[in-house]
Amino acid sequence: MNDIYDGLLSAFWLVVTLDADLLEISLRSLQVSLTALVIASAIALPLGTLLAIRRFRYRRLTISLLNALMGLPPVVVGLLVYILLSRSGPLGVLGLLFTPTAMIIAQVIIITPLIASITHQAMRELWAEYHDLLISLNTSGWQRIRTLIWDGRRNLLTASLAGFGRAIGEVGAIMIVGGNIDNATRVLTTAIALETGKGDFALALALGFVLIALAIGINVAIHWLSRTEREGRW
Amino acid sequence: MVSSILPLTLTDVAVRRRGKTLLGPVDLSLEATGLTIIIGPNGSGKTTLLRAMHGVERLSTGAVRWSVPDEQAQHRQAYVFQTPIMLRRSVADNLRYPLQLLRLPRAEIGARVADWLARIGLEERASLQATRLSGGEKQRLAIARALIRRPDVLFLDEPCANLDGASTRAIEALLQAALDEKTRIIMTTHDLGQARRLASDAIFMLHGVVHEAGSAARFFGAPCTEELEAFFRGDIIA
Repeated sequence: MNDIYDGLLSAFWLVVTLDADLLEISLRSLQVSLTALVIASAIALPLGTLLAIRRFRYRRLTISLLNALMGLPPVVVGLLVYILLSRSGPLGVLGLLFTPTAMIIAQVIIITPLIASITHQAMRELWAEYHDLLISLNTSGWQRIRTLIWDGRRNLLTASLAGFGRAIGEVGAIMIVGGNIDNATRVLTTAIALETGKGDFALALALGFVLIALAIGINVAIHWLSRTEREGRW
Repeated sequence: MVSSILPLTLTDVAVRRRGKTLLGPVDLSLEATGLTIIIGPNGSGKTTLLRAMHGVERLSTGAVRWSVPDEQAQHRQAYVFQTPIMLRRSVADNLRYPLQLLRLPRAEIGARVADWLARIGLEERASLQATRLSGGEKQRLAIARALIRRPDVLFLDEPCANLDGASTRAIEALLQAALDEKTRIIMTTHDLGQARRLASDAIFMLHGVVHEAGSAARFFGAPCTEELEAFFRGDIIA
């Protein structure tokens, strides 16, 4: 109990005094995860929608593969990205290992299947509702995707937020490809792992509380901005 | 004015699903003007026939031919479904949608939407979410959304099912106005009174085939087949 109390107290002080390290680490966490979220959403939202409306030969296989990839172990993704980006790897010349860019790449790989899968579930229902009308109106494939994404935007927001939640709390992959380098690639989760290892539970807890507050804050802010749950059923 | 997409000719059209014949074989020809009513008991293939004409039903055999190539014909017809499909948008955006797909100029879209909002009496609800409208209002909106593209042919699948007298009258007024503007209308209904009021010719479907067809006066005045006569009497036809 004492540890938690100390953690809360020191979290309070770190936040109130706007601790420079804490600020830097938090901002980097946000920067990495939000960038990964934007890139992953740009890929996954159209992909998930396409899977809902297009019939093709290996559709079922693709969908079950996507669902399986939702549970992709982050450490393994980290390892693979590490091998690709390491000096001796195929993309070694880019010199991306141990940079925030490498962390973004790893997170994009982790959350894209998750967002695409949730998108697919939501879009499947909307497509069942709209199917006849959009066929009757002679819409092109691209027009259908755009219509579904626009009218289902609130469901897609949920999909994206789930992706963000996974990204901001993820530690295995970014620890490997980022290296937890102070002032360069240290983010909230890797810092927590480090402080716990060092035995500084108060600081680790403080960072943990900041992380949770950040995740809740972003969710509430986005929901508030997009006015979900305000007008009618959607 | 471009030439009409009619007449419409169906030759040997049949729709089979999982070994069951839903429709056909149907041979039918529809002329360029008027309002055709399709009646018949449930499961007699009315909706399937309508969908086959519109080209949204996969045909097992036969062909549906318009007087112009299919591509052009598709753009000049509209379909109103039995349960109106409302886009999850405002009433005005629902009307705007089919025009946006055609990439019409913004001013033109605005003018047509305002015109149609007035015609269906939903001006004050323009910014309301369409899914919140009442049943009658939804159906009026669906019809307006179909007519806003000024189609040559309008298909309606039981547009007045589950509606009260006032809503039915409002919808019949919309259809009459469309007829006056030379829109060809083909619709199914269970309401024989409505069929008599609107039809210029009629088709009686039974067991997936056209059992009897003819001009309204002859069809309602002197039915040729026993089954149609029984249907008019209100008997249940097996």
